[in-house]
Amino acid sequence: MSVSEFFHMGGYALYVWSSYGLTTVVMIALYLFAKRDQQQIKQQIARRVARSGSET
Amino acid sequence: MNETSMLSVFWLLLRRDLLLAARRRSEWVNPLLFFIIVVTLFPLGVGPEPNALREMAPGVIWVAALLAAMLSLDNLFRSDYDDGSLEQLIISPHPVSVLVLAKVSAQWLLTGLPLILLSPLLAVLMNLSSEAIPALMMTLALGTPALTLIGAIGAALTVGLRRGGVLLSLLVLPLYIPILIFAASAVGVAGMGLSIEAQLSFLAALLMLSITLAPMTIAAALRISLSS
Amino acid sequence: MFAWFFRLGSPKHVYRIAGRFLPWTGGLFLLLLISGLYYSFSAPPDYQQGESYRIIFVHVPAAWMSMFIYMVMALAGGVGLVWKMKMADMVASAAAPIGAAFTLLALVTGSFWGKPMWGTWWVWDARLTSELILLFLYLGFIALQAAIEDTRTAARAGAILALVGVINIPIIHYSVEWWYTLHQPATITKMDTPSIHISMLIPLLLMAGAFKVFFAHVLLIRTRTEILRREQKTGWVQELFKK
Repeated sequence: MSVSEFFHMGGYALYVWSSYGLTTVVMIALYLFAKRDQQQIKQQIARRVARSGSET
Repeated sequence: MNETSMLSVFWLLLRRDLLLAARRRSEWVNPLLFFIIVVTLFPLGVGPEPNALREMAPGVIWVAALLAAMLSLDNLFRSDYDDGSLEQLIISPHPVSVLVLAKVSAQWLLTGLPLILLSPLLAVLMNLSSEAIPALMMTLALGTPALTLIGAIGAALTVGLRRGGVLLSLLVLPLYIPILIFAASAVGVAGMGLSIEAQLSFLAALLMLSITLAPMTIAAALRISLSS
Repeated sequence: MFAWFFRLGSPKHVYRIAGRFLPWTGGLFLLLLISGLYYSFSAPPDYQQGESYRIIFVHVPAAWMSMFIYMVMALAGGVGLVWKMKMADMVASAAAPIGAAFTLLALVTGSFWGKPMWGTWWVWDARLTSELILLFLYLGFIALQAAIEDTRTAARAGAILALVGVINIPIIHYSVEWWYTLHQPATITKMDTPSIHISMLIPLLLMAGAFKVFFAHVLLIRTRTEILRREQKTGWVQELFKK
């Protein structure tokens, strides 16, 4: 199978690649959102700890 | 606690709810009006062609019944929650699931039963064949108690929330789907003169399942909503 | 004997263990994904559906995940309700958005597969319809938890809803199946593959494994976040952030 044939997907390129593309996007988004949420809460806690540390 | 006292508590609460409802008439009359108006909208929306109406009638009447039943749910625990009597019920020595069953029964008598009695009228408006009318009433008789029981779970979960109405419909409507499917199909099939035994037994099974499981679920949900 | 079970109730312990698991789940995911993708595209085309059947290798695992995650959610919610275990509550609410995402994915990829097969983007096929209702159940769960301010009440109310949903899913699934066969003209045969060839089964199982490990990975991250959020005022979290 040549490269162009592979990307052509026997005429179903639009459907096949959209499906795989969307799956990739959704999975990356799930991962990044999870990471971002964790980063936010970590920063929040770190700020609070730093503040209370400087007070005492 | 013995059997008779549980039963008498059930009747007392049922009577109290019915008396209260007699004073606040709009609470249960309005959903019925809604039921009629929604069904009236369909011929206006899709045209008055009798055969087309007959084709759609089971689905339209049942969806309208579903929405009407859901619309009245928000009132089920709300006023008792606001005046604190719900809290009294929960801490009373009687089993909460029996008390809940009394409240749900009153709710069904006020919203489900009139729906059944009104349905022949709407069947005529929708040009439903006369063989299908008994089937419609039978499915409503089996289906609406289950709707009230399942809906009461949602009402109990959202009673503490200020704007619970829309959320309630989001929670409850997906759970209504099996009842809608079997009931509407029974009415449609009855119009063709075929047997509807299978559909009716599914509806009866769903009703039995909700009678056994819903009261204790509602009780648990009420305890959670009142705990905060 | 049940010591490990009770240690699961300790957020501090779970936070540490989950952190140690993360590199392994991440690595295993990439391994499964790469091999799964390789076999997905090296399998010979289907004699009926041509190349378009390759969509199944993402569609079916996503649909499996959508059901599996709901079960996980309800199970965790039930454990949280019965044993009053805070950790289980956190797992339940961390799992919900992942499950909703997979359900949406299953719906859209199903529609991408259906377009060349059926000629339209959407048919009221039994499986797609069930999947759509499942999405509503997920959204209801998420909306209910978002509407209740108190975390503890939100978790318990969500658990009740998830358990009611679990009882209803088989009923909904069965009734939709029944409804579909009733309205299905007898001439149209189902597009399901009657017997799965081994060259299809391998990528399907690899992709399903990859999705499952991905779920575990993101669930661990989200649970750790949830632990930090709820425990941020406790000593051990403060200790963690002191340098």
